[in-house]
Amino acid sequence: MSAAVELSGVSKSFGDVHAVVDLDLTIADGEFFSLLGPSGCGKTTTLRMIAGFEFPTSGSLKIHGAEVGLLPPNRRPVNTVFQSYALFPHMTVEENVAFGLRMKRVDGAELGERVRRALDMVQLGHRADAAPRQLSGGQQQRVALARALVNEPEVLLLDEPLGALDLKLRQAMQVELKDLQERVGITFVYVTHDQEEALTMSDRIGVMSDGRLLQVGEPQQIYEHPASRFVADFIGEINLVPATVVDGTSVRLTGGAVVRAGTGASAGEEVTMAVRPERLELFDVDEQIPDSLNRLEGTVVRRMYFGDVYYYTIDTPAGAFEVKEENRPGVELYEAGERAIVAWDAAATTVVSS
Amino acid sequence: MTTPPEAEAARPELEEAARKAESRRGFLIGLPAWLYLTIFFALPLVIVLVYSFATRSSTGRTQLTDWNLESYRRLFDPFVFEVFRRSLILAITTTLICLLVSYPFAYYIATRRPRVRNILLVLVMVPFWSNFLVRTYAWKVLLGSDGPISQLSEAFGGEPIRLLFTNTAVLIGLVYGFLPFMVLPLYAALERMDWSLVEAARDLYATGWRAFRKVTWPLSRPGVIAGSILVFVPALGAYVTPAILGGARTTLVGDYIVDQFLAARNQPFGSALSMGIMIVLLGATILYFRSGARNV
Repeated sequence: MSAAVELSGVSKSFGDVHAVVDLDLTIADGEFFSLLGPSGCGKTTTLRMIAGFEFPTSGSLKIHGAEVGLLPPNRRPVNTVFQSYALFPHMTVEENVAFGLRMKRVDGAELGERVRRALDMVQLGHRADAAPRQLSGGQQQRVALARALVNEPEVLLLDEPLGALDLKLRQAMQVELKDLQERVGITFVYVTHDQEEALTMSDRIGVMSDGRLLQVGEPQQIYEHPASRFVADFIGEINLVPATVVDGTSVRLTGGAVVRAGTGASAGEEVTMAVRPERLELFDVDEQIPDSLNRLEGTVVRRMYFGDVYYYTIDTPAGAFEVKEENRPGVELYEAGERAIVAWDAAATTVVSS
Repeated sequence: MTTPPEAEAARPELEEAARKAESRRGFLIGLPAWLYLTIFFALPLVIVLVYSFATRSSTGRTQLTDWNLESYRRLFDPFVFEVFRRSLILAITTTLICLLVSYPFAYYIATRRPRVRNILLVLVMVPFWSNFLVRTYAWKVLLGSDGPISQLSEAFGGEPIRLLFTNTAVLIGLVYGFLPFMVLPLYAALERMDWSLVEAARDLYATGWRAFRKVTWPLSRPGVIAGSILVFVPALGAYVTPAILGGARTTLVGDYIVDQFLAARNQPFGSALSMGIMIVLLGATILYFRSGARNV
């Protein structure tokens, strides 16, 4: 089975601006792949190159083994769901969905049948004659999906399709999109700056910054084992603590404390130890703590209530630590000014270069 | 006991008073425009309408006693009918040529960077800075039999080109004069185009041409309609351009009306012609709007 999308050495420059630099990426058939990164990182340019709206300055772009880098969009077996949906305002929902098939000169009974099925798939069969502007944001979103999927593309490209929706609807659509992708089995390439979207829906995520692909991996891998400081910082919340490597299994923090943390860096190297707030636990100073845990004593600076969690800031000699504790019945609360011990499992830490 | 001001504000009489004040303000704001339109448009129109039913005395005076439909009957004379037909064809041709020239240009402007866009728009409006009459006389020189166009033709061994005092000259003059009125509404329509719609069409297998036909063109149609009306209406009644560039043999509605008022001193017939041109314009505009509105 050949890869659905294969980019090798792809670069794209707009004048002096290098939007995408030497990108190598292989997306497997049937995969839900997300390109994640802050705005201006090149993720949308990458998507637009796959769609055919931009041509690579250099490199090769293949879809199912066929070089398509310089083909116009209408000659590529991909379809796009646009950020603003880009539904044709002068056509009905049905005409919008039928557009691609009409251009491919599918007509008669087959056209009607495929359009009907596509609209049913997104539960909008009853709004076929409506104008796009008469639909809610979520419905427009689903029309955009149907309009793309009706053509049975080899790859579906989605450019921040949930960005314009409110939170509840966005979460519902995440589930719906993932279900849909599993049902139709089409390769999805999904561009987003929302890490939660990427984590919940994707089979794999590629994190981009400044036109470069920094890390590609499964959501757990990206979240638990970020390969760089940028990835660690961009995805989720994380404590980034300066440290010096002691040996392959421990690092020394500011203030002298040596804690266990696996690293491939050589002794004496300046690194950053990264650990997620939810992986930290708070203990009383006189409490018995399992030996397997790293520990640091500090002072509670503040406690914030988020409903489902308490958020602590703990000042330690190694720096300030953010600690997230679940709001479970009977959870022990610490007050500002109190001494407490921050403890964590060595496996929860990642050491990245500074 | 005194009532606090918050409670007073909630009383229905005060609300009513506020609403009245608001509508009074609206009336005052609209008043100058109302006055202007009434005095300088509605009233003269009524006078024209009244005159069109009056009789011309043998001395060329208008008698406001003997009401009749004679002037309207004359509108169907073969000669008058021919004048109307010729003017209509000329106005339609002018509109079509303006559209054909302006659309690509407006498209070009609308797809430039904002800075370049503004410069180009200013260039479109530069001709307005000099007098229309002067510019039309300039065309008279350009199109004349010893003008540069003719000279160029002769320099290459061709015949002298006689354009002046022909319908072609009038057409050139009209297209030249009304071009900005077509460019600007088209630009406005194309400038607010959502280009991601064109991308969506391309993404859905449309070629560049079909994306234009199915998306860009229908979505820019309000601009096409506005521009066409802005050109067609003055082109149909144009007087200055045909008077300067046109020949005596090719009477158009505009100069025909002027003739009735000034030379023939037949105010009732001139008035009837004016009403006729208004009816034609109104009909054409409604038809055009209808055909456009259906497809937009």
